[in-house]
Amino acid sequence: MLNTLVKAVAPNMYRYDEFDAQFVGERVNQFAGQVARRLSGELTEDQFKPLRLMNGLYLQLHAYMLRIAVPYGTLSSKQMRKLAHIARTYDKNFGHFTTRTNLQFNWIKLVDVPKILRELADVEMHCIQTSGNCVRNVTSDQFAGATDEELEDPRPLAEIIRQWSSLHPEFVFLARKFKIAVGATEKDRAALQWHDMAVQIVKNDKGRTGYKVMAGGGMGRTPYVAHVMSEFVEREDILAYLEAVLRVYNQDSRRDNIHKQRIKILINTIGPEEMRRRVQREFEELKRMGTLQLPREELDRIAAYFAAPKFETGLSDSIPDAGPDFANWVKTNIHKHKAPGYAIATITLKTPGQVPGDATAEQMEVIADLMDQFSLGEVRVTHEQNLVLPHVRKQDLPAIYARLKELDFASPNAGLITDIIACPGLDYCDLANARSIPIAQKLAKRFEDLDRQHQIGELKIKISGCINACGHHHAGHIGILGVDKKGVEFYQLVLGGSGAEDASVGTIMGPGFGEHEIGDAVERVVDLYLAERKDGERFLDTYRRIGMEKFKAAAYQEAVAA
Amino acid sequence: MAHQNQGLQMLTSNRLRDGDVLYRKGDGWVLMLADGEVYGDQTSAEAALAAATAELARNEFVAPYLFEVREVSGKIVPVKEREIIRAAGPTVHPHTGKQAAHA
Repeated sequence: MLNTLVKAVAPNMYRYDEFDAQFVGERVNQFAGQVARRLSGELTEDQFKPLRLMNGLYLQLHAYMLRIAVPYGTLSSKQMRKLAHIARTYDKNFGHFTTRTNLQFNWIKLVDVPKILRELADVEMHCIQTSGNCVRNVTSDQFAGATDEELEDPRPLAEIIRQWSSLHPEFVFLARKFKIAVGATEKDRAALQWHDMAVQIVKNDKGRTGYKVMAGGGMGRTPYVAHVMSEFVEREDILAYLEAVLRVYNQDSRRDNIHKQRIKILINTIGPEEMRRRVQREFEELKRMGTLQLPREELDRIAAYFAAPKFETGLSDSIPDAGPDFANWVKTNIHKHKAPGYAIATITLKTPGQVPGDATAEQMEVIADLMDQFSLGEVRVTHEQNLVLPHVRKQDLPAIYARLKELDFASPNAGLITDIIACPGLDYCDLANARSIPIAQKLAKRFEDLDRQHQIGELKIKISGCINACGHHHAGHIGILGVDKKGVEFYQLVLGGSGAEDASVGTIMGPGFGEHEIGDAVERVVDLYLAERKDGERFLDTYRRIGMEKFKAAAYQEAVAA
Repeated sequence: MAHQNQGLQMLTSNRLRDGDVLYRKGDGWVLMLADGEVYGDQTSAEAALAAATAELARNEFVAPYLFEVREVSGKIVPVKEREIIRAAGPTVHPHTGKQAAHA
């Protein structure tokens, strides 16, 4: 292993100040006390459950699950090594990267949680607000600060939103969970429009930089794409505007029906126009009070943590030749970087047959070594359950690829049909109706031939084991929803969803397929696409052009014949 | 309306300190489904659940509930996939969960 040879590199990311460290430390002590009181019987399970959820601790099918926040998906190598240590010491040697860019451990003992939280605090990590009815982990573009497509780095604003929303006294007990994302490019890699609230950094017609704010997106039982609340909010007003949206939601959302408590239901009940009016009224009130202005100095202070690294100059801007396998990996997994001679490298945790998003302690440690040796000590977690080395020299790509191959993480499939999102499903989750992971594994094996994957092109399959949609099935070009019929797993197909800038809600095709039928049904859908597509069309384009009926006829053909 | 269990049943819960899956046997709990007690009628199943519920204050286990089982080739197996997976472990990681002993 490299890690005895590689010195940890301190990346440009937010660092706890004295207040942050004290805050997290006190929170760990508080929860340690609550765990002790639960074990002694001083707290009942009903009393303890909301407390553990506030600290990211769930009770799942086999054990406790601990969800660790990875703000806007950014991890240092030191943090990655700590996660590997926790996996090895307190879990079963692996962790699972989630669609909220967090990391979950599935085999945690309640008695170990205080020790784990102390270990996390040592590397400036915690589990606060990774569950419960509060503002959850803020997510962003995994290419932030590295791509030349962005107006500016979205991470400083994401960090400011994280600080503003952490234990915000008004929003600790919302009607339901509330998810926020921040982006800064036209190309949407963060599924902005699927969030309760999203901010896109934009320029107005006068060339001034500010923020477009959207709200009311969400998956689950009633999926909606977000509505624009404001096309342009001035920089100094952004927290006041976001607070206005949250305040309207907090005041006006229904709390009497768990299925109608998200902001998407409020906005689509009263209408986006009325929502904008109510938000504007609150916003003007907050502006009048003048208490929530974001001073330029504060934005600059936070932005300084994320200052662009000192990139080397004079590097060759070409990628070395290292054989056909490497060339295939470059084709799909390498993205243009803003600095000459550098590239952004996506590590898909999706080699066909693997559990999407899982990594062992050993794999995490080698990735930490790669981060230090080749990517300025940093990695990003993506909502598609992959990892990204944001700043790598093109000349180092062959060496990185070789190490990833040893890890079995060198699959050249980013954005292709085998790069599948899957929630933990019934293999772990207490809420699930059906398994997701085995379906993802079988589909990936079925389509693993690389020539065929390239022939199919961009096709995003997303699988959820229940209607809560942690696997984003509504946003899949092909979505799969697991359902329970009298204790037996069935899978519904959902076509035409998108989590990108052309966001759309997928349409359910019809009755579900059995566990052993769903793979064939997907294959018939894909074959029809290949037969029907016109030049340059992605699956999604063909679906949007020809509609559901032909796909439906193809998918059910064999099932009916059988 | 809540589903009413039919036929053979067992009682399960999770251990408080580590979340491990437990099965009721007599007045206590065991770790393996094969060692647990099978209730042949609704009255005995509900009596077991009532007894366990009364023991919640001991803070040794949480959330007890009854689930359906059936006999297949002389072995007791859960009816629903969820309980099959709880009894064995994740189908995607055979070295984890209770199945690990046989992996």
